[in-house]
Amino acid sequence: MRIRCPLCGERDSREFHVMGAAEWLARPAPDAGLEAWDAYLHLRDNPAGPTRELWFHEAGCGAWLVVARDTVSHAVFEAVPAWEAGA
Amino acid sequence: MRIKGRGRIGANVSVPFSFEGRRYCGRAGDTLASAMIANDLHFIGRSFKYHRPRGITALGGDEAGALVAIRRFGAFIPNQRPATQELFEGLEARAENAWPALGLDVLALNDLLSPLMGPGFYYKSFKWPRGAWERVWEPLIRRAAGLGRLPVCPDEAPYDQAFAHCDVLVIGGGPAGLMAALAAGRAGGDVILADPDRRLGGRLLFEEEEVGGRAGHEWARAIEAELREMENVRVMARTTITGAYDQGTWSAVEKVAHHLPDGDAPLECHWRIVAKRAVLATGAIERPVAFAGNDRPRIMQAGALRGYLNRYGAVAGRRVAIFANNDDAHRTARDLATAGVEVVALIDARADAAPPPEGGDFRFLAGAVVEAAHGRKGLTGLTIRTASGARERIEADCLGVSGGWNPALHLSCHLGARARWRADIAAFVPAAGAVPGLEAAGAANGSFSTAACLAEGAAAGQSAAQALGLKAELPEIPAAGDRAGGLKPLWQVSGARAKAFLDLQNDVTVSDIQQAAREGMGESEHMKRYTTFGMGPDQGKNSGVNALAVLAEATGRSIPETGTTTFRPPFDPVSIGTIGGAGRGAGFAPERHTPAHEYALSRGAVMGDAGLWKRALWFPRAGEGNWRQSCDREVAMVRGSVGVFDASPLGKFEVLGADAARFLDFLFATPMRALKVGRMRWGVMLREDGHVMDDGVVARMGRGHFLVMSTTAGAQDLWRHMQFVRQGLRPEWDVEIVDAGEQWAQIVVSGPRARDLVNSLLRRPLAPDQPAHMAWKALTIAGVAARLFRTSFTGEAGYEIAVPARYGAALFALLTERAEAMGGGAFGLEAMNVLRLEKGHLTHAELDGRVTLPDIGLSRLLARKGDFIGKAAARRPGLMGPDRAELVGLRPVGAVKQILPGAHLFRPGLLAVAENDEGHVASAAYSPMLKSVIALAFLRGGRARLGEHVRASDHLRHVETLCEVCDPVFFDPEGERLHG
Ligand SMILES: [Zn+2]
Repeated sequence: MRIRCPLCGERDSREFHVMGAAEWLARPAPDAGLEAWDAYLHLRDNPAGPTRELWFHEAGCGAWLVVARDTVSHAVFEAVPAWEAGA
Repeated sequence: MRIKGRGRIGANVSVPFSFEGRRYCGRAGDTLASAMIANDLHFIGRSFKYHRPRGITALGGDEAGALVAIRRFGAFIPNQRPATQELFEGLEARAENAWPALGLDVLALNDLLSPLMGPGFYYKSFKWPRGAWERVWEPLIRRAAGLGRLPVCPDEAPYDQAFAHCDVLVIGGGPAGLMAALAAGRAGGDVILADPDRRLGGRLLFEEEEVGGRAGHEWARAIEAELREMENVRVMARTTITGAYDQGTWSAVEKVAHHLPDGDAPLECHWRIVAKRAVLATGAIERPVAFAGNDRPRIMQAGALRGYLNRYGAVAGRRVAIFANNDDAHRTARDLATAGVEVVALIDARADAAPPPEGGDFRFLAGAVVEAAHGRKGLTGLTIRTASGARERIEADCLGVSGGWNPALHLSCHLGARARWRADIAAFVPAAGAVPGLEAAGAANGSFSTAACLAEGAAAGQSAAQALGLKAELPEIPAAGDRAGGLKPLWQVSGARAKAFLDLQNDVTVSDIQQAAREGMGESEHMKRYTTFGMGPDQGKNSGVNALAVLAEATGRSIPETGTTTFRPPFDPVSIGTIGGAGRGAGFAPERHTPAHEYALSRGAVMGDAGLWKRALWFPRAGEGNWRQSCDREVAMVRGSVGVFDASPLGKFEVLGADAARFLDFLFATPMRALKVGRMRWGVMLREDGHVMDDGVVARMGRGHFLVMSTTAGAQDLWRHMQFVRQGLRPEWDVEIVDAGEQWAQIVVSGPRARDLVNSLLRRPLAPDQPAHMAWKALTIAGVAARLFRTSFTGEAGYEIAVPARYGAALFALLTERAEAMGGGAFGLEAMNVLRLEKGHLTHAELDGRVTLPDIGLSRLLARKGDFIGKAAARRPGLMGPDRAELVGLRPVGAVKQILPGAHLFRPGLLAVAENDEGHVASAAYSPMLKSVIALAFLRGGRARLGEHVRASDHLRHVETLCEVCDPVFFDPEGERLHG
């Protein structure tokens, strides 16, 4: 698998560290309540199809990216820096 | 035997080899298979289950019969196919599955017992009779079955891995592949052409036919030369593409030195090739017709028979018969007859078949079939059934069989696509779009004539180049034969009682498949597992479609309804050694060395692994017989005078920017914002789920400049985490983080004489409180700018001195030698662990990811103002409260003095079962200061239970210790020694 890092170009997936769903970017407010925090920490979809994930270009530029890809076709659509992506 | 004047290999260069310990001679350019045929070696091995004689059946990786073990680097590697092994001087091969000897095989009795070993044999013998599996079947099967014998020694052969990228990958170097590479290469595309053979040409190397007005193999040689001249084309001979993966990724095995005696070059290289487009030009594989006794040595594919003749001048018999259902096999009769080999009959199952147009001096039988083959260790004769139904015996010592050709479409199915059935050629072909960017051409696409291969290959190469935006012209298509097929399906001939084989490697017969259907295993995937069909090294390449046809007939369905089994990578067997490449031994993982690594080794340090780091565990001295003696002495040294410790693997992250203080305040549960310039603070970080992630020491270097010194093991995770928080959660803050871990060497100086030791390096000595505990200062040591941190993990007065990494070895050596003069010296990780345990300082043995702030006595941090990572979730029910296990110390008070990390804690008098579990021991060590084993543990409600007794029970190692619960700080609880 290869990911096109917006800073480095197309790179092998072994240069990256994957963290999981892009929802990690949507951190609730400190006082959002237990339910919101439970959802943020634990509840994830398991989509058959398009998904958005956080990948860290660890052996490259060090950027956290939001990678849009398809869990069925394995197509990688695009990768944008986490600071521009939002959850 | 070898036919004089035939063959296209070096007739004058002889190559000695051995088989079963006897010496033979082949010729340069031979494969082991052709050399065996030339030497009249036809009985090569025995089969998997029935131990029936097996011989060579094919020209390449589709070999169904003969498997041998070949000696490489001191071990016999099993399941090698003679046809894919180029001959080299001194090659040693031996037969498989024969005991005690090839000619006399005791287990050939299995053949007579075969009614007991039908399909589903394994499943049935697992079930019944009770106990028979362990007592009878397993020992018997272990002795008898299996293909070959694995060497038990490590694989000493060198292997390698490599990567390549290209525009167009052409898979196969036959007429289609050559034209595809030519078209894409001339268009300027970056082309890789891979073919398993040492030369390009594919079938043309094995045929008597003209291409472009000259011999096909010579035309191929000319095109290969042209391709090799092109700078944008890489020809990879001896390379098999083994798998198709996502995004145009292909795996390949290059047999780099497989054709050479053992040497330094890698035997094989495992490639990962990334191609924007690909052309599948893998050709086709000839399939058999099953009939009674069709597994006898000297029965082979008709195309292989003439291939051995035309390329190697080798023929497997003197009186040869051909049995086929198509026109292609007629060429075998023609080539043999032209070469002067006696062709006793061309038996064509098609009633309306016409004799070969070229004629030939042999008997032609239309509408006839071979019903049975005779002879045990090799073919001696055939029973045929003529068009009129009459049976006749024909004397023949070799038979070429052709049931038609199957496109080698396997790679097109690796991403999950199903093959498409084409009734007109009675074969499966690759489905369009099966692999994105892949186009099939020529025989792999079901277009079998040479002319069609050339034309489709050229078109596929052109369209691949055009798809990449290159201007590609269609190369001129050379004139070639356009005859193909005329096939009429024939899968098996019934009538005789003896076994008719479909899978020669796994001994699966026509009747096995019929029986599987009767017993409810009529789905192709079920049949495969029930009968073990296609599970040998050939993976059903030959007879897969025949087996499906037999299954289709037995279940009353069509072949496409029955469907193929799933094709998975690898297309060709790949050894584990090849996949591992150089990644074994020292190549398995990189090693990280501190700057003082070599010096530590020179001082006898015993090294251990800490992640990828090599760290000194202890420094043995004369007279010390084991690690404990060294460790105890090093602990006493630090407590008594001064010790020197290499802490360079610590994580060191510089955090800079106007919002750096705010950032660390958010990152740490421990408040950091108010930290003064020049001061340091120990702190803990939580994960967002509220558990402690790691700890570290933060030094404020300037207003907008901090240094985070983290644990060695957690440094990598912390780097990711800090970057995530910065980039993902707080992108608007002005913060930059630099990983300076490898820029600085950091040496710990610890002990009552630490200051004396440091002062011996300084022009202006330090006062006792300069810097104070948990403060730092910049200074110059021997002209080198350094950072001096006053901090202590041992509990003694001490410093950590950071210098640029290139001075690390010199500083460590200088400090060690001066310390020795003061009665101290270097100490290792084991002593450091004891020292920190005596002080109740925490490591990852305690902070194991399940621990909360209240567990380690830091609940006050939860009341801190402002948000920080993990704060919200840390206050969830269950993460605090009386049921939590809290950090305590333990010391043994009973007869047993040992406490083992991992032991669980129970109240004395209660059973040591899960319901009574009250916690566990995190770490333990012998304290030479306290003359006792001490431990850190987590105990339910532990802080309120000081002085109570608990049992530490280790169920795995059967050690049970009565302990007293005590404060986790065992030594110098007031911390008086810190100030020196
Ligand atoms: Zn990058």
